[in-house]
Amino acid sequence: MSGNGAAPDTALSIEHITVHFGGLVAVSDMTFTVNEGEVVGLIGPNGAGKTTAFNVITGFLRPTRGEIRYRGRSLNGLRPHEVAEAGLVRTFQKTSVFATNTVFENILIGLHRRGRATAWQTLLGLPGVRAEEQRLRDEARALLDFVGIAQRAGELGGALPYGEQRLLEVAIALAARPSMLLLDEPVSGMNPSETSSFMRLLERIRARDVTVLLVEHDMRMVMGVSDRVVVLNQGKIIAEGPPADIQGNPEVIRAYLGAGVRDA
Amino acid sequence: MIDLLRWLWLAFLLSVPIWLGDQYYLHILITTGIFTIAAMSLNLLLGFTGQLSLGHVAFFGIGAYTSALLSLGFDLELAEGYTFVLAPKPVWFAFLCGVLVAGFFGWVIGKISFKVRGAYFVIVTISFAEVVRLVALNWVDLTEGPMALSNIPPFTLAVPGLWEQTLYRKAPNYYLMLAIAILSYLIVRRLVLSRTGRAMIALRENEPLATSVGIDVTRYLVLAAVVSAAMAGAAGGLYAHYVRIVDPDVFLFIYTVTMVIMVITGGKGTLAGPVVGGLFFGILPVLLRTIAEPEAQWIIYGVFMIVIVYFLPDGIVPAVRGWVESLQSGRPTPEPAALTGTAAAERKAD
Repeated sequence: MSGNGAAPDTALSIEHITVHFGGLVAVSDMTFTVNEGEVVGLIGPNGAGKTTAFNVITGFLRPTRGEIRYRGRSLNGLRPHEVAEAGLVRTFQKTSVFATNTVFENILIGLHRRGRATAWQTLLGLPGVRAEEQRLRDEARALLDFVGIAQRAGELGGALPYGEQRLLEVAIALAARPSMLLLDEPVSGMNPSETSSFMRLLERIRARDVTVLLVEHDMRMVMGVSDRVVVLNQGKIIAEGPPADIQGNPEVIRAYLGAGVRDA
Repeated sequence: MIDLLRWLWLAFLLSVPIWLGDQYYLHILITTGIFTIAAMSLNLLLGFTGQLSLGHVAFFGIGAYTSALLSLGFDLELAEGYTFVLAPKPVWFAFLCGVLVAGFFGWVIGKISFKVRGAYFVIVTISFAEVVRLVALNWVDLTEGPMALSNIPPFTLAVPGLWEQTLYRKAPNYYLMLAIAILSYLIVRRLVLSRTGRAMIALRENEPLATSVGIDVTRYLVLAAVVSAAMAGAAGGLYAHYVRIVDPDVFLFIYTVTMVIMVITGGKGTLAGPVVGGLFFGILPVLLRTIAEPEAQWIIYGVFMIVIVYFLPDGIVPAVRGWVESLQSGRPTPEPAALTGTAAAERKAD
């Protein structure tokens, strides 16, 4: 089931995470794991706590209780950029690019972690700085090719059509060279043909040994790409398993379609 | 083409003292230049990281006072019977210390700016400048308070043992100012056209996305604040040793406002913006003095400001760039004006 290697090694483990916003329980005692090389779909009705879970994992929110471990290291208390240093990079539910920078610059910004030049070296204009800049530019071009928006390099990020902005987001995230990518509704707003080409892109990302955790409402997409699916409802995990099992799970169906009059 | 213009501009700046006979106008240019350096430093913070520091004059004043005090020497009674005496130091040493001390305070403010953002940061910086002004006003033992520090020695250029010149006259001071202004410009340019500058712009444009790809907010805000403050401190030091008198009025809020006006009208977040804005609003008051009644001068000044901000909301430089680009490509619509200087420069380099 896991993409690479025989024995599935746990990459990310979410242990008893609980998040309260004042009196509201957004996520309650959430526990699941993602294995190395796996694609895991995280689904659930609106307000189930999926984005909250993302925010907690990537350091944008502090959990009230519980622990997050990635490759054996605790992520609790790390700030977002430190989580990125650890290899976890996310995208956002609402399209999020650097709108007033060109597409090419967007990728260069994403490549931040791949450069090493300090401000001093830059100020002194050491020869290594120029070489590094050249290397980053080459990488940026390669990444634009990879996601298929190379022809847009000179346009402003905010001027791209919606579907391509979503691709740009993924390219920015990939630029940070994650070992695990967290995608928050990447195909929302895409048309069916864009969605299926995104699914092919996801396969190629996976071929780069990137583990993927995916939040998505498009069921055909989630069921098509995920090795495993975790279902959240009202902050709790109600089901977990291979897509085929999830589709037939009565609890999941109830969560999405509602219970009959008798149960209400 | 751009390169040629750049060299012509430099040659023009270098030639000014040769053909400008009137020392008064040269004086205006020197003070304008000093303010332009301060505006460039503010632009690094305001234009590139998007943090509005309305206390920027504090760094200018700290640089001026530190440099003045160290070059004059001072004695300070720290405790009963113990007086700390500091002998006068060479001007260049005092100047460097002024830059460092201003940079240190920039570091403190940068650290704070991580905790408080937006309106709160603005308030913190205003308060900071006001506190520093009150210290300068009331710590009479050290700063002479409203009596001002006077007789500050001017800069001295020297080749040790061979040749020495003290810069009493305007022309050498002009060249010194120009040298530091060019150096400041180059520092800002190097920084913003690099990975460091991209990180700053990314934080300004979309902080959550920037942090999610591993950009450390604190690190780059603090870096920008330190460089910016040190540069403003250098401008302050220049001012102190040129005007040769410093009083607590250097901390007045109006000077910060002037710097902000220079940056905004010139084009914040562009390299040339503060230079254009600095020259424009440095020279405009003097120009108005010769052509308008005193009552009308500041009204015209205000009208100019409103007109620029109203019709060119992104500043003069982005607007001009937009016109030039639309002329070159024959398109009627100007480029989206929020484009940064970096954006354009990098596209050219591409």
